[in-house]
This record gives sequence, C-alpha cells and structure tokens, in this order.
Amino acid sequence: MRLLEAENLTVRTADGRELLQDVSFRLARGDRLGLIGESGAGKSLTVLAVVGLLPAGMAASGRVLLDGEPILGAPERVLNTVRGRGIAVVFQDPLAALDPLMRVGAQVAEPLRRHRGLRGAAARRAVLEALAEVRLSDPDRIARSYPHEISGGQRQRVAMAMALACEPAFLIADEPTAALDGTVQAEMLALLDRLVTARGMGLLFVGHDLAVVARISHRILVLEGGRAVEEGEVGDVLRAPSHPHTRDLVSAARRLHGALERMLP
Amino acid sequence: MLSEVSFEVTAGRGLALVGESGAGKTTLVRLMLGLLRPRTGQVLLDGLPLRGRMRALRHAVQPVFQDPYSSLDPRRRVDRIVGEPLRSLGIARGATATAMVEEALRTVGLPPDAARRYPHEFSGGQRQRIAIARAIAASPRVLLADEPVSALDTATRLRLLDLLADLRESRRLTVVLVSHDLAVVAALCEETVVLDRGRVVERGSTAEVLGSPRHPCTRRLVAAVPRLPGAANRPQTRSDL
Amino acid sequence: MRSRALVAGCVLLGGVVAIALVSALWTPYDPGDTSGGRLEPPGPEHWLGTDRLGRDLLTQLMIGARVALSIGAGAVALGGALGLLAGLAAGFAVRWLDDVMAVALDVLIAFPTLLLAMLVIAARRGSLLSAVTAIGLAMTAVVARPARQQVKRVLAQDYVTAARTSGTSWPGIVAGHVLPNIWPALAVNLALQLGRAVLAEAGLSYLGLGPPPPNASWGHMLREAQTTVLVAPGDVVAPGLLLVLLVIGANLVADGVREVADPLLRGRW
Repeated sequence: MRLLEAENLTVRTADGRELLQDVSFRLARGDRLGLIGESGAGKSLTVLAVVGLLPAGMAASGRVLLDGEPILGAPERVLNTVRGRGIAVVFQDPLAALDPLMRVGAQVAEPLRRHRGLRGAAARRAVLEALAEVRLSDPDRIARSYPHEISGGQRQRVAMAMALACEPAFLIADEPTAALDGTVQAEMLALLDRLVTARGMGLLFVGHDLAVVARISHRILVLEGGRAVEEGEVGDVLRAPSHPHTRDLVSAARRLHGALERMLP
Repeated sequence: MLSEVSFEVTAGRGLALVGESGAGKTTLVRLMLGLLRPRTGQVLLDGLPLRGRMRALRHAVQPVFQDPYSSLDPRRRVDRIVGEPLRSLGIARGATATAMVEEALRTVGLPPDAARRYPHEFSGGQRQRIAIARAIAASPRVLLADEPVSALDTATRLRLLDLLADLRESRRLTVVLVSHDLAVVAALCEETVVLDRGRVVERGSTAEVLGSPRHPCTRRLVAAVPRLPGAANRPQTRSDL
Repeated sequence: MRSRALVAGCVLLGGVVAIALVSALWTPYDPGDTSGGRLEPPGPEHWLGTDRLGRDLLTQLMIGARVALSIGAGAVALGGALGLLAGLAAGFAVRWLDDVMAVALDVLIAFPTLLLAMLVIAARRGSLLSAVTAIGLAMTAVVARPARQQVKRVLAQDYVTAARTSGTSWPGIVAGHVLPNIWPALAVNLALQLGRAVLAEAGLSYLGLGPPPPNASWGHMLREAQTTVLVAPGDVVAPGLLLVLLVIGANLVADGVREVADPLLRGRW
C-alpha cells in the first residue's frame, strides 16, 4: 500500500449540518502531513472519517482511497483489514484506547494474532519485541501490567506499539502528545520520528500546537471551521502564510513562544 | 513525595514551579493550598505558620486548575460558582455578592448574562475564565495557577495569558504558576523554581534559569521545548531531542 | 426535558398510587367481609367477583395496592437513606476502611434479598413494619455500592477542591456539590429499587411471610388463588397484572429520570 488519498471528504450530522467540508489530501508512503487547526476545526473528525469510525449520527461523503481502492463506506470486513495493516491510529488519550481489565501484553498480542496469525510463544516474543521497539524499558514487566499501573507516557508508547504491531503502511497520530509533559512529549516525538523513518510509513499527524506539528511534519494542512484553508511545505507556511487564518495561527504561536525564544540560547 | 523544598513568593511577582511529571508539583500545590499537611517543615503565609490560619489562607490564596471541565460544578449556575468563596468565607451575600460576582465576570471578560448560565454552555477557554473569576472574586493576593492553559489551544492560551498578566498588573496579584510548558512560564513569570524528584534543583530569574540552565533536569526541560523553525534562531537539529 | 418514558412511568405509578389513596378512604366492601358468595364471577354486586372466602376481589386489590406501595416506599426510604449514608461514609473513609466497606457491600449484595428478608422476619414476626425493615435492610447494600462510587467520582473532581479552597465546609460540600451531582444516578437506582421492593414484598407474602390480615397483599392473593386458578382465573390475573404494571411503571420512571438527567451530564462534551 503506497498511497492514501482523501477527496472532498465531507461530514454531515443527522440534521444536515456540515462539520467537515470538501477536505482533500494525498499522503504517500514516506510522506508526513501535519493537520493543524484550533479545537472544533474538524481535525479529529477527518481522522475518524478516514478510518470509518465516525460516531453514530454522522455521515461521511466524498472519497477516501487506499491505493486507488475506495475505503469510505466499504464493508466492515474490508475496513478491518485496512485498519491495522493499512492504516493504524494512535489517539490522544491512550487510557481510552486500552482495555482497563486486560493486561498490556494481551492487548498488544491481539492485533498480532488477528493480522499476523501469531500464537503462543511466537506471539509472546513478538509482543516483547513490539514493546522494546517503542523504547519501553523492562518490556516484561510492562506486558504483565494493567493499563492503570503504568504512566501516561508509557501508556502512549503501548498504544503506539499496538498501532505498529501489524506493520501498517500509514500511521495516523491524533494529538498523541497533547496530554504529556514536556520531556515525555519530546521523547515521544523523537520515537515517532525514528519509527516512521525506519519503516518508511506515511504519517498523518494531527495537532493544535504549531511547534509540535512543524517539528514532525514535512507538509501541513490547515483546517478552519471544517474547511481546509491552506496546504504547503512546513517552512513555506511558517515563513509566508497566505491564508489569514494561517497567519493568525502562526503569529499566535510566535507570540506564545516569543518570550521563551528570547531567553533561550 | 517532596523533601526539603523551600522557596518564598514575593507579593506582586510571578513565580513558576517547573519540573517533569512526578517531580512533586501537584503535591506542592496541595501543600500551598492547605489541602495537605507537610510531614516536617511548614508553609508560611506572611512569615507565620499556616496552622490554624486556614481562613486567612483562603482569603489570601485562590487556585485555578488545569481541567476546565472538572473544575466547575456542572449542576450550578455560573453566579453560584463564582460566588462560592464570597458566601463560604462570609465576605458578602445577597445584592453585594451579586454585584461582586458581576464585577469578577466583567474583569475576566465574560458577558453579564453568563451569570445565569450553566458551565456546559461555555467553551474550554470561557470555562477557564469562569474559574479565574471564582478565584479573584474574593480579592485574594495570590493566584495559584496549576497548568491553567494546558488544556487550551494556542489562540485561547494567548488570550488567557494576557488576562492573567493583566490581572497581575491591575490587581497587583502574585501569580504562582505550575506548568510544564516553558513558553507559558517565560511569558508570565519573572522567577522560576525547578523541581526534580521532590527537590528544588535550580532557582532564579526565569531568563537566567532557562537561558543558561545548570542542572541536568533543567537542561532536559529546555531541550524538550518544541521550537518553531524560522524564529531567527538556530536551526533545529536532531540532537535537540 | 420531556421524556416519554417518564410520562408513561408516572401514569402507571400514579394510577396505582391513586388506587392506594382511594383505598384508605373508601373500598367497596370491608376487607374482612365474607358475605359474598364464594368465587363469584364479576357482576354488579362485586365488580371483579369474589375470592374463595367470599371476599370482594376489588377491595382486596385496592388494599393490596396500598400495602405494596407503603412497603415499597418505606423500604426504599429506609434502604435509600441507609445506603446513601453508607455510600457517603465509604466515599469519605480512609483507604483501609473504604476497602473493608467495599468488601462488606459485595458480600451483602451476593446474599439473596429474599433470604436476607426472611432472616429478618424470622427474628421479628411478620408485620408491615418488619416487611419494610427486612426489604429495606436488604436493599441497603444495593444502594450503597453505586452511591459509594458516585461519591468518590464527585470527590475527585476539581470543583470539590475549589469548594474546599473557597472555604466551604465538608457538610456544605456534601449538601452543595456531592448530593446534587449524585442524585440523578441515585434517583434512577431508587426508582428501580421501588420495583424490586414491591416484587420482594409479593414474594414474601406469597411465602406466607408478609404482613398478616387485614393487610391484603397481592402476593398473598396469588398464593390463595393458585388453587382455584382453573375456576376463577381472574383472581390470579388481576393481582399479577397490577404487580407487573407497578414494576414496569417504576422501571419506566427510572429510565425517564436517566433521560432527563443526561443532557446535563452530556454537557461535558
């Protein structure tokens, strides 16, 4: 799988309000696209629509193509193979993504079993490898823990390990570091950076913090009120934002970082 | 959790407490709010121990919390939320209290009709303004802000930081800020204390502490700051992380 | 704010309450009056006929409604109050005491309600009061356990911390923040428990452990009528139907309260 495309992706509520309007993007393997906007701009809706997980009462139209095959509105059976091997998602809140009553190891084993058919000792080995790959120290102990017994940063790494377990072609990261402290966030971004490069995945990184999105992405797509208002290379957009909303975002981020930037060496 | 932490806060200044998660920031906040008692040592207010002076502490120090959803009672109208310290501390009731609540809401930039509405009718940024209105309603001297803007997006963050800076000027409020976001720290506080595993490892003027960090923990925090490329500074390299 | 379930539940429950209220002032016959013929079919004299002792069935049903409701309401009041207190106590207790209480509540819940009630009645003799006590005590744990969780959930919210730093006393926090925020869940639970209490009372009476005559009881009526069910099926159907309607009414009210209370809770997102 080499290419993920969204064409005129639109999301409507049951009463016909358009929450997302005509959002289009192309993401090839090895590409990194940052999706940025304020809360309510439609970032998370875009992600949910792409992977077919919109909440009840919302309907998506337009096209989402994986290597030219339409996956929007595809039957659940097709989507289940797409999620996992094709596209994996890491969400902001790892606690919500993990089953509180299941040991971490068993949860990481689940996608391995389903998509790669691994069982028993082979599955156990693969779980430990997956946990080690996301730089969790002491994978043995983590695998035996329940989600509430490990820290927020560790949980997010576990979620990442689960997402990567099936060697997906594309990774969607929906504000994966927003709930994490500074240094943990930086480590997480570095890890994401390394893994995406090492595996040649395509990355769709969603965030509201311009500095974070710019750090990890090559191109960015700016959303405002459910519409894509600008797309471009990160450097170009930061240097010369063309849409007024992008200009606001960039100048707000520069103002927020201004005091700190003046102090830092 | 904490050991041998000591620092002072001077009136009218901004002091930031920074550190990685698990450094003891939350415990320290609870100590300063009188919600926990230190095993040894003491928290002093105006040079006197806190013991038995809870009311004085409540009059002097008011908090703003991180989560704008958890910090407002969903079943209370905004006027009752903002008026709670006025009633509970016996500062004002009836028409006087109403007037003070209106004044507090105006100060934080909320419309007068906000008083009659419920928290779920407001956005995250507006809710945080309501929480700030509650904190300043009883005219405290110290605002203890625990990650007050971490849950908000950039533009809202800026507006709230402006509000906090304004309040500090106009009301001569002392702001004690707990944050892991150094951009927010730099914007709001002249002084910074760095905590690591329950100890103070570095302290001084914010420009000095962040500009030339000496302790490894401070260096880690500074290195972790996501930098905006093209800010007329050095280009970002991999070794930053 | 409208909820069809709430309206329907109130109509059903209200109907039974109305019957019970009327029975306090007027019944067609004296409940002990056996002057009618035995097992008479419905007619102008006895609208719903008579039972095998010649008592007026409508009279029995009306008094049965009063007994069912008073025992149900009494038990819910007792079990609700004790359960709420226990839930609050556990919610505020230090860690080890809370753990002990949590285990104790689990054990109590595992104990069948009817068995617990029978133990209480065996120790006290059957009367209206012992039925209320028995069912109420058995209900306590069922109310207390979710109440404890709700109390803990509310106490962990920042608005409680803000109330403390606002100088609000603990009683003030319980009355002003904890109770208003747990009441929707509590009310739903209590409405469900009303239905269960009425069923428990019918069960006890069916086993002959209910309040003694002249307190008619639907459970007792069912027991009496089962021997003559082929001759006078109405004697079984009528109390059974009322019982079912009352329990459905209580459950609908529970659903309705949940619906009405939810929009506020949903306000979070």
